[in-house]
Amino acid sequence: MTYVKNRLRRTMMFVPGNNPAMIKDAGIYGADSIMLDLEDSVSLTEKDAARMLVYEAIKTVDFGGAEVVVRVNGQDTPFYDEDVRAMVKAGVDVIRLPKTESAAMIQKLVKDMEAAETEFGIEKGSIGVMAAIESAQGVLHAPEIAASTPLMMGLAVSGEDYTADMHTHRYPDGEELRFARNMVLNSARAAGVYAFDTVFSNMKDTEGFYRETNYIHELGFDGKSLVNPRQIPMVNEVFKPTKAEIAQAKNVQNAIREAKAKGSGVISLNGKMVDKPVVEKAERVLATAKASNLIDEEGNYLGE
Amino acid sequence: MEVKTTGVAGTLESSDIQITISKNASGIVIDLESEVKKAYGDQIESVIKDTLTKYGLANCKVKAVDKGALDCVIKARTLAAAQRATETSDKPDLEVL
Amino acid sequence: MENKVGRILPDDLMAKMNLKPYESDEIGHPEVQRVAPKVRVTAGENKVVSSLEEVIKNNLKDGMTISFHHHFRNGDFAFNQVMDKIIELGYHDLTLAPSSLTGVMNDKVIEAIKKGVITNITSSGMRGSLGDFVSHGGLKNPVIFRSHGNRARSIEEGEIKIDIAFLGVPVSDPAGNANGQDGDAVFGSLGYALMDAKYADKVVLLTDNIVDYPNTPASIQQDQVDYVVKVDKIGDPDKIGSGATRFTKDPKELLIAQTVNKVIVNSPYFKQGFSFQTGSGGAALAVTRYLRQSMLDAGITASFALGGITKPTTDLLAEGLVKKVMDVQDFDKGAALSMAQNKDQQEIDASWYADPHNKGAVVNNLDVAILSALQIDTDFNVNVMTGSDGVIRGAIGGHQDAAKAKMTIITAPLVRGRNATIVPAVETVVTPGSSIDVVVTERGIAINPKRQDLLDAFSHVPGLKILPIAELQKLAEKQVGKPKKLEYTDRTVALIQYRDGTIIDTIKQVKD
Repeated sequence: MTYVKNRLRRTMMFVPGNNPAMIKDAGIYGADSIMLDLEDSVSLTEKDAARMLVYEAIKTVDFGGAEVVVRVNGQDTPFYDEDVRAMVKAGVDVIRLPKTESAAMIQKLVKDMEAAETEFGIEKGSIGVMAAIESAQGVLHAPEIAASTPLMMGLAVSGEDYTADMHTHRYPDGEELRFARNMVLNSARAAGVYAFDTVFSNMKDTEGFYRETNYIHELGFDGKSLVNPRQIPMVNEVFKPTKAEIAQAKNVQNAIREAKAKGSGVISLNGKMVDKPVVEKAERVLATAKASNLIDEEGNYLGE
Repeated sequence: MEVKTTGVAGTLESSDIQITISKNASGIVIDLESEVKKAYGDQIESVIKDTLTKYGLANCKVKAVDKGALDCVIKARTLAAAQRATETSDKPDLEVL
Repeated sequence: MENKVGRILPDDLMAKMNLKPYESDEIGHPEVQRVAPKVRVTAGENKVVSSLEEVIKNNLKDGMTISFHHHFRNGDFAFNQVMDKIIELGYHDLTLAPSSLTGVMNDKVIEAIKKGVITNITSSGMRGSLGDFVSHGGLKNPVIFRSHGNRARSIEEGEIKIDIAFLGVPVSDPAGNANGQDGDAVFGSLGYALMDAKYADKVVLLTDNIVDYPNTPASIQQDQVDYVVKVDKIGDPDKIGSGATRFTKDPKELLIAQTVNKVIVNSPYFKQGFSFQTGSGGAALAVTRYLRQSMLDAGITASFALGGITKPTTDLLAEGLVKKVMDVQDFDKGAALSMAQNKDQQEIDASWYADPHNKGAVVNNLDVAILSALQIDTDFNVNVMTGSDGVIRGAIGGHQDAAKAKMTIITAPLVRGRNATIVPAVETVVTPGSSIDVVVTERGIAINPKRQDLLDAFSHVPGLKILPIAELQKLAEKQVGKPKKLEYTDRTVALIQYRDGTIIDTIKQVKD
């Protein structure tokens, strides 16, 4: 496995790290990223066993092309050091640090990873990092955290711990998370990394799940953390581009091709100059359209 | 390495295996219980034995209750049990993995 | 000798029992002669008796064939009451020919075999302790496994000659007009038992609920019945449901069900007036739910649903999405109760359902069948009878019969625990690969190469991952490894008949 900085990350599915049956099947649901968890879903007495299980799973299980992320235990726990060492040796794609509150914490993680890479003779910089923002400190330091390392893959809002820290709890309207979401998202965008929304754990409330997913899609998040594979198609449904968006993206792509053919450095569409964000958006739209089975390999529209 | 205490890892859930490692005078003795013993018994025992040998355990008794675990799970549970039995869970030897 | 699915059959046994090897799933147009039961004439005003013992003593002789139905499933109180008496009276050398054997009957059958009361068995299947007992050589003569359609054929053609049928019913009148739809222990369709009622020389009904004459609707009719035995309790209503009626939350089953639905919807059969059979089990029920939405979206309705019926299917009937339900068996109380309320839920007997040797069974009109499997091999042969340890733990049911549908879909997870489901060769061939069209797993689908039309229809469907079945087999093997070959003795403990009575495979005694 190799860390790829830019890829589709609409869905990040959480899988408890000490559950062989769930780990074995994690790859069949089409999640963009799979997050194997050594932290909250593993009891204190099973931390060592989960570490070994996740290690062996990364080595052998077919995760169906998904990016594999491991959430290690926090830096304030006795499990952190060995978690990082073992996951570096296993060759995970991304290590996710919980309860990130400062750039220094991420820089420590990167240093610890480098030490392990040296120890096991692994190429430096082959594993990405991501930060879970779970407190007021974390939110306020989100800009420096996002920009703390070139290995940064993205930031994730973690709603449960954050709302507890803020002396509140989750509400259906999401007001309690408004500042954190926007702060994390803006920090991520400013640093050119990904932004992920928090989990939605009430599987019975499909309507609420769609409401929240539509909302964070509207804000501009790249994806959402998920607790159940049944949520994957729902997120993909929300994130799929419209027919008009796809047509526009194809126009942009054609304009790029034309400019290249002409040897021109300026890309123009309908008489207007096309900026870098527009080019990148077009690429994102087409990648998402392909993953949503809306266009084929040649870019022909397949939807209705 | 030596067994210092009885080490147990794994559960009796489907797709898991519970490994219990205890002291033995000489050699590795495995007692395996599995619904797929006929088809995979030899394979399961050889994974356990190889894993223990790599971890440096030459003398121990192993009780394995298998619920259809794949090789990677058997290896992981054997390692965790071995680390617990040798009291090395805090600082496991990752070189052998 | 070797049959057409490459299975070696024991020559001596084949000759001794006058059996033919399986040739083809094409039935053709043979002319067959049916048999008729012997009738002891009676005016039959009142057939009610209280002594089961008297009925048995006056009618049963050593060496006879007795039959039962399994519509009560694990809530059955009829079988054990009758067998207790037969064992107590010291009978010998009986042939047991029920429509199938459920778990609640296992211990009694084993006791009867050990005491020499039962020396031959034919059934749709067996599980648990009985399957284990037979697989370890507990019964001297091989069990003959028949599908529901084949049992109907065998009864009609006299290969199974039932001397006495003991049929439990939740309601009857004193003359023997009975159905499965009223009383405490309702199970709905009496489909399998109707064959016994028509063809057994003696028909004994057992019930705890005798109502005024005449009882209608009469699924079993008074002209077929010799005795009505009043018992204290005929069944446990709580255990009649197969327990498979809850909508699954297992994400893997849901994923498979969604894929099955995608296969159906994108097939040439999904059009106004199509027909389907889904069976029971978590994935099958989920398919019914997804199919409902697809039918609503496409604005089409089905002409009929067939088979073992569950509540999700009768709900489609009530909603008007399915016009008729052709019902040989009901898997849950919801479906059973619906039969009494909805005239479009037609009770059909096993011959009408699936018999290969009649003038046309409903399975021949079926578009889409969704069936399960214990194992499928790279020739698409399906095993629903033996586990990966070679031990009997299943039933043919209507599997071979429904596989005659225009498109037969097998659903199965790629692996169960450490057992691969897609294997190089199944332990036991029950349904020949030639009648299987699509295999759906969580990692992809495989299409029988002889169905180029389906391959063409599905190859451009977004999200359908089509793999050669050999690839699926390799994927499974990569996960679980290569199993050690199972060891059997030379002794044949069971024969698997195909629908036409030919032998498609045998089951050998396992070596321990």
